[in-house]
Amino acid sequence: MKIALLFIFICMALLALMAFRVSSVKSPGLLQLTDTTKWPARFGFGHTPTAQEIAAWDIDVRPDGKDLPKGQGDTEKGKALYALKCAACHGGNTVGAPGAKLLGPVLIGDTSAKSKPKTIGNYWPYATTLFDYVRRAMPYNQPGSLTNDEIYSITAYLLNANKIIKTGTVLNAQNLPKIIMPAKKLFIIDDRKGGPEVK
Amino acid sequence: MKKIDEKQPSAKSIKISRRTLLSGVVAAAILPVNTFANYVQTGAPVLPEPVDDPTKIPGPGPTPVGKRSPFENPVRKPSDISSRTPLQDMYGTITPADLHYERHHAGVPVIDPAKHELLIHGLVERPMKFTLADINRFPSVSRICFLECAGNFRTGKEELTPQDVLGLTSQSEWTGVMLSTIFREVGVDPKAKWFLAEGSDAAVMTRSIPVAKAWDDAMIVYAQNGEAMRPEQGYPIRLLLPGFEGNMNIKWLRRIELSDQPYMTREETSKYTYPVKDKIRMFSFAMDARSIITYPSYPQKIERGWIEIRGIAWSGRGKVAKVEISTDAGKTWQLANLQEPVLSKAHTYFRYLWNWNGNSTEILSRVTDETGYLQPTLKQLIEVRGTASGGYHMNPITAWQVKTDGSVLFKPEG
Repeated sequence: MKIALLFIFICMALLALMAFRVSSVKSPGLLQLTDTTKWPARFGFGHTPTAQEIAAWDIDVRPDGKDLPKGQGDTEKGKALYALKCAACHGGNTVGAPGAKLLGPVLIGDTSAKSKPKTIGNYWPYATTLFDYVRRAMPYNQPGSLTNDEIYSITAYLLNANKIIKTGTVLNAQNLPKIIMPAKKLFIIDDRKGGPEVK
Repeated sequence: MKKIDEKQPSAKSIKISRRTLLSGVVAAAILPVNTFANYVQTGAPVLPEPVDDPTKIPGPGPTPVGKRSPFENPVRKPSDISSRTPLQDMYGTITPADLHYERHHAGVPVIDPAKHELLIHGLVERPMKFTLADINRFPSVSRICFLECAGNFRTGKEELTPQDVLGLTSQSEWTGVMLSTIFREVGVDPKAKWFLAEGSDAAVMTRSIPVAKAWDDAMIVYAQNGEAMRPEQGYPIRLLLPGFEGNMNIKWLRRIELSDQPYMTREETSKYTYPVKDKIRMFSFAMDARSIITYPSYPQKIERGWIEIRGIAWSGRGKVAKVEISTDAGKTWQLANLQEPVLSKAHTYFRYLWNWNGNSTEILSRVTDETGYLQPTLKQLIEVRGTASGGYHMNPITAWQVKTDGSVLFKPEG
């Protein structure tokens, strides 16, 4: 009888010990670790885009000219396009004769860094940015409506009006990235990393 | 007829009559959504007819969507290109989603979530396109952090509210997927040092971002304060770069391209850069630590005696370490209490109890972040950057003037 009781007692103690072990495995820390280590190398969500799908959206242009499209444009065609599509918001090409407040920023000025306002001539460090920005966002009321040739022409005119390239210059994917903008030498990269210094 | 009423509510058409209120639950069920409920949030405060004793009249019943009390009317202050958060109306650090500041460059696009996709390509092993359903299946994370426009500072006159001075900052709990999870999925080429993020608004907004930010704490988010993100904030998905200037947190995100160099987009060259002496500084990403007292502030009036000075402080480089308050125009400084939990790259609420003796004075706050950076004065910033620095990344200490009659005015400096 006593032996039987002792046996039951030992069994219960063992069960309690097992229960304790099981519950300790369920601690939140261990579960989190298990979750993280179980992450697959890849989840496999999403699908592979076609080359056409990528090309349709890949409209960016870098300073080295990568991804500039084929085509060309010149300052004179650009001048006519500017008058038609840009001047309503950005004003005419006469510097310093603004009337009413313009809807868009003044783009044409001289190339002196001290002059105001900030224009392509005195503040833009890369000519490729002009092509990229006009292609993606201008004209404001009809973004994405210009052909590549028209964008080259408008870029050429704006550079010409800011006295950076000569009248009659024809721009294309080869010579646009080679233009050195007057303001480029002024740009420095922020090197602050926190800490007490005010800079 | 009803349409005209909606646009130009006359006092008569929107008052709730005593009889309507008396009919209680029935009234709530038949109360047209377009009359009372709509006017509560449309600008000019519209108050219902006062009830002498609310314990004697049953009120309206439950509704599908809640509204603010008609006695409260916090509103953004919109211009053509942005709207500002009413900081003076906030009691905590989470900005209600409909009061989150806005800055967009070609309006808010209408995007069908069923058609929206995210393309990732460039220096990756596997270019991929993700639907919103795909993005939703990845392990998700929530994070509370502020978003602030790099041009967030106004001065120049005394009649400015906290909303006018610094309203281009807001805070939300954002939910989405870590960008590192997505980058792991596509396999990033070790040569990639930058990535271009592009929105699908009419500006097709683009910014270049260092890849290191993606491995650190960048996210692609789809939810704000527990619900789908607002259209003005980038619905259906946006990039979230905790601590970085607002413009880089590309809204309506449709494309990410990995590259070995930055793209020098219009926004990171001709905008969001600023003259520093005879140079132009670019790639200022982290928002520097700053603070503002939101109470008391213009146009409030205070009475002598105990006043709890309240405000928010934050840093794009980490946690707020301390906030100090001066009630004697900057001569001496005392520690403010910080509301826990203090989170990294997050608005932190501070409070300081002050016994005002009725004399005219100036009250100021200044923050120190966990990197040891102390919020500078405008004079210090002008000394190191020159006078032509403009409005980007200007984070000076700001002061409120307290007059003997209890009126509070902003102190315009510079």
